[in-house]
Amino acid sequence: MTGFDLIVAGAGPAGIAAACRAAETGAKVLVLDNNPAAGGQIWRNDIPALWAQRLSNVEVRGGCSVIDDSILAHGVPIVLATGARELFLPFPGWTLPGVTGVGGLQALVKSGFEVRGKRVVLAGTGPLLLAVASLLRKRGASVTCIAEQAPRSALLRFATGLWRYPLKIAQGIELGGSLLGVPYFTDCWVEEAYGRDRVERVRLSGFEQDCDLLAIGYGLVPNTELATLLGCTLQDGFVTVDAMQKTWREGVWAAGELTGIGGVERSLVEGEIAGLAAIGELTEARKLFSRRAAWHRFASHLTGAFALRPELRALPRPDTIVCRCEDIRYNDLTRWTSAREAKLQTRCGMGLCQGRICGAANHFLFGWQDTSVRPPASAAPVSDLMES
Amino acid sequence: MKIYLDDRTLTVERGTTVAAAMLNAGVSVFRESVSGEPRAPLCGMGVCYECMVTIDGQRELSCQTLCQEGMRILTR
Repeated sequence: MTGFDLIVAGAGPAGIAAACRAAETGAKVLVLDNNPAAGGQIWRNDIPALWAQRLSNVEVRGGCSVIDDSILAHGVPIVLATGARELFLPFPGWTLPGVTGVGGLQALVKSGFEVRGKRVVLAGTGPLLLAVASLLRKRGASVTCIAEQAPRSALLRFATGLWRYPLKIAQGIELGGSLLGVPYFTDCWVEEAYGRDRVERVRLSGFEQDCDLLAIGYGLVPNTELATLLGCTLQDGFVTVDAMQKTWREGVWAAGELTGIGGVERSLVEGEIAGLAAIGELTEARKLFSRRAAWHRFASHLTGAFALRPELRALPRPDTIVCRCEDIRYNDLTRWTSAREAKLQTRCGMGLCQGRICGAANHFLFGWQDTSVRPPASAAPVSDLMES
Repeated sequence: MKIYLDDRTLTVERGTTVAAAMLNAGVSVFRESVSGEPRAPLCGMGVCYECMVTIDGQRELSCQTLCQEGMRILTR
């Protein structure tokens, strides 16, 4: 870690933007990511040529995780750009093989999973459903329907507000063209998935549909484990930053979905500001404030339109598994009043994923907030701990 | 390149993750949960641990591991 002027955790759009801007001023930058290669989720195996070229002056190490706060001891400024994961909400049958996240299916397809000829139902909320449907169609899958839980009225309000974002209109038109003929339902969500050893059929609001794959996406949850471990301050689940993307922890900046959900352009501009600010280029960073403000407005527009409806809280049955690592059922949880109590009494959230899946679900279902993080921030072999 | 999955030999494209190679080979069950339920990749991005298998003797996330020539993968 010594010999670098900046360390960036996360090689998605925000991390790449931070690293490139800093490296272009002559700084020596190291980017760490636990995926095999740079790109993050949205640019997995698919970094736009311009950014890929700019990234050539940066050292990227894939397949590694930052697991504790010893990284701060080097005194090198750090930009956190650890991105987000998907929000999963339990419903009967959601543990069946073949049920994945929408972004999860996108990631699998970009990693070589062949979906040609497969019948896919996409359900959940937000524009990611459409982007993934388009990718699946291009790869030869049959997208049998898209179920959007938001009401039609909210989507119309969202669409009429898009005139302020010409880039988004262009992207929308392109997407729309690639999805002609795919049934798109609003006010519609998955109530149950059926199958023996894999998903075979889905019940949606008012109808059933056969499928080979069911992809669900209820939005994104920031990966704040490392930020929490480093001592950054969080508010409403997101890392708090100042105008320069600096966190409340000295020497640590944060950018992208860690600070709020709002798409790739928002992540890029925040990343650029964070990268410049972290190496002291404040004047350059300031020039990007107005662009960031525009994408922050777009983000709040997005969040309002795709708010989750309360009916989704009623989907789990008493025997529906909520914590998939420990197989803790809905019924086992209802008598407890906090994440900590449920953890102590049932082991909910104590398995391999350490509550990364059920934690956010329990926040939605019961209002529980679990912010306890202990090192290692992710599961690590003992041999790695001994080396460090 | 070739990889070995339980008692089968698979030919895979470079850049394919172990999870994708297994799905392409028709594997639907990657592991059994603590109560014996079948499970397979959920998040696709290294968060959920549902895709964990044994790769060259180590428990690894198959969605975060790229196939390498001669790799040996066990699902049980």
